[in-house]
Parts: sequence; C-alpha cells; structure tokens
Amino acid sequence: MTLPNAENLIESLKNKINTIIDSNTVLIGVQRGGELILQKILPDLKQHLATGSIDTSFYRDDFSSRGLKIKNKPSKIDTEIDGKNIILIDDIFSTGRTVRAAMNEIFDYGRPSKIILAVLVDRNEQELPITPQIYIEKISLPKNQHLELAFDQNKKFIFQLKENNV
Amino acid sequence: MFNPQLNDKGNLNHLLSIEGLSKEKIIQILDTAESFLKIGERDVKKVPILRGKTVCNVFFENSTRTRTTFEIAAKRLSADVINLNVATSSQSKGETILDTINNLIAMNADIFVVRHSSSGAAHFIASHVKPNIHIINAGDGNHSHPTQGLLDAFTIRKYKTNFNNLKVAIVGDILHSRVARSNIHALNILGVPEIRVIAPKTLLPYEVEKLGVHVFHDIDKGLKDVDVIMMLRVQNERMDGVMLPSQEEYFKTYGLNESRLNLAKKEAIVMHPGPMNRGVEIDSAVADSEQSVILPQVTFGIAVRMSVMAILAGQYS
Repeated sequence: MTLPNAENLIESLKNKINTIIDSNTVLIGVQRGGELILQKILPDLKQHLATGSIDTSFYRDDFSSRGLKIKNKPSKIDTEIDGKNIILIDDIFSTGRTVRAAMNEIFDYGRPSKIILAVLVDRNEQELPITPQIYIEKISLPKNQHLELAFDQNKKFIFQLKENNV
Repeated sequence: MFNPQLNDKGNLNHLLSIEGLSKEKIIQILDTAESFLKIGERDVKKVPILRGKTVCNVFFENSTRTRTTFEIAAKRLSADVINLNVATSSQSKGETILDTINNLIAMNADIFVVRHSSSGAAHFIASHVKPNIHIINAGDGNHSHPTQGLLDAFTIRKYKTNFNNLKVAIVGDILHSRVARSNIHALNILGVPEIRVIAPKTLLPYEVEKLGVHVFHDIDKGLKDVDVIMMLRVQNERMDGVMLPSQEEYFKTYGLNESRLNLAKKEAIVMHPGPMNRGVEIDSAVADSEQSVILPQVTFGIAVRMSVMAILAGQYS
C-alpha cells in the first residue's frame, strides 16, 4: 500500500494544534516519534509554549513479558503542569497502551486540568477506552506490520513499514 | 566460560561481580541509571515498574548505608522491601545460609540483595536458586562489591564524560577492599588507560600488577597528574600495628590533604565509598572541597541500584 506523506501530515497537525493553543498550553512529545514532531513544529507555532518529553519505559504494562529496554532519553518535564492544558503528541496511535503509560507518568509530575491527544495516524486498533482527539489520517494495517516515523536521506520525515518479528 | 550471572540468552540474571560483564552490559546499566537519576529529582520519586515484586535485603554483615540505598532504590521502583539483619538473628541460632534463603524464597521474594563476610557467598546462593529469582551481591568478603564499582564508574562518567583518556588513582587498603577490586575490573573493562594503586606494601595483594594496575608506594608520585582520586576507608580493625602503625602515622604518609590534592590535575575529582574517617585517610578540607564528589556518589548509587534491579527483574529464563 502507499503510505501517506509524513511531512504533509505533520503540517496539518501543526495547523490544527495552532488553532487550540493558548498561554495555558503545555506540549508534551512521546518519545521518539512524538518528540521529533514536537521539535519540528515548535518554531512555527503562533506563540512560545512550555514543552516536555516522555519516555514511557518505566510505566509500560508489558514489563513482565518484555523486560526493560531503554533506547530513548530520560523523560523531561521541567515546567509546572498543575492546572495546565496538555497536548500530548505522538506519531502513531494504535492500542492506547503507550498513551495510558504516558498519562500515568504525567500525573506523577502534577495534575493537569486537561490532556488532549494529537497524532498523525490512528491505526484503528484501540484496546482501551482512549482515543485521539486530533488525528490526521486513519489507516488500517495488518497487526504484524509496524508503522513508524523515520527520516529519508534528505532529512525529510517519511513513514516506514516493518514486519513485527513477534 | 560458564558465567553464573548470565541466563541462557546471555542476559544478566544475577549481579555477582564486575568480572564477566561485557563493556556493553556495563554501559547499558549506566545509561539506564541515567534515566532513573531523573526520577529522584521529581516530586513523586517513584515509578511503577517493580510493583508487586518483593526485594529482600539479606545482610549477614552490617552495612547501614548500602542497605539503605538498596532499600530506597527498591521502594522508588514500587517494590515491597524486607530488610533482614541475619547477623543478629537466624545465623546465631545455627541456620545455614541456604536454609535462610530457602525460607525467604518460600515467602515468594523475587530479588535478594546479599551482603556477606565470606567471599563467594552470593555466587553460592545464586547457583542454588530457581531461575526466576535474582541475586545481587552487595559485598562479599574481600572479593567484590559490584554495585559500588558501577556507581563509581557512573560518577566518573558524569564528571569526566569518557573513560579512554583518564588516569585514575586508588589509594588505601587495596588488600582488604572489595571496592578496589570491583573498581579495577570496571575501569579496565571500560577502557581506562592508566589505573594506579597507591598503598604501603602490607596493604597490597600479592601480584596486584596482574590486575592491570601500576603500583605506587609513594602517594606524592602516584597522585601526579591524575584525573580521579578514589580514596578507600582504612578499617580501624587493621590498625593493630602489624599492617599499619597508627592513624596519625597513616594520615602523614597516605592521607589525602590539600597539598597532595594539588599534585593531581586541577579539575581532578575526589571520591570515597564511605563511611570516611576524616583525619585518617582524608583531610576534612579535601572531603568538603569543590573537587569532592563524595555526596553525589551516594545519590548516583541509588539510580545505579534501581537500574540493576529493574534490568534483572525484566529477565526470564
């Protein structure tokens, strides 16, 4: 199948985010894809916002079967999040388990008044009562195919499909 | 070679000694500790990763600091912690080590942190437990204290960024020190080009050079241009006149004072595993100086112990 153009999707996501931000907004990227998107759109947002990034390794629900594999940088939320409106940014939404882990971690930093989930692609694989408020495309893929954000040789964002070796 | 620390997939199942760990494995532990260090800086200093697991600190030999840091580390991972000071209980009633451990396994503990005065105690226990039980050596006799070696490596990396151009001096009672042995092994594996040991002949192991170190008996020569100074505690029980004359005499010949510190590089760091004896191996002015990283070592020790426990608990044979 042809995969969507990632740069276009990021541009659309940026435009949607621009319509809902105000001075009370904090942007948090889920590592690694969400954090990359956040860094890409940040300079073009209509106002300067506090940001953070989250690596969900210590909050995942599959630790007992998967063990601990840390490939990302440590979570970093240096800004006060009590009473803030958080926009949680990720590249792909599939089961909702990563978002659950990210939300659990966010609540260890404080009590935001609202969390909105914004993603590029919703894979229609929801396993929990969690759903993105903002998505640019819905794509259904076979379960064993892993969709991820990557860079091409010109440093442009692209989507990549990989077979899961589970 | 059979390595009792690794499972059949080559993953770390127990932490018994630094020897036998690959450079990659050590770096993985240090990198993971970096993430855990951030947890300690938050308001909520806890992650749910070991929720439902039980960590049992079994100390056949007393050590308040090591036990406390393991306890904090386990609690920050959301594990339940049991502290057993065996030195004052079952052992004195005649129970064997294995019976003590088997009783604790029957209580469904998952990780055992073991401190024992006999070298090899943790290895012995690890070779007798079921695959899903993990053993961490918190110091066995003169042999090994791997989490101290790892936290010292973490500390050096924090201040010196990389290992491959460093001169490191270890000063004091090398002969009786499991900390020195673990550090020598860790620094060699991590590629430190020059490790010096500085001690009187009576406090050096036979053929210590074979561990890959340069030997100095004169501290003033040994400290010249080093990047890292690791002081060891002089155990008071050694001050019986056979190995060392007196505390005052030791301080005069091997104590780290300001003028000796000035022989090292200007930005050299001073480390000590604690508890330190001010005025015996280290001068107060040095211990409290800007070059001292003795208290950060304690903070880093918690993150490194969290890292080890989380990595072990994620392994299943």
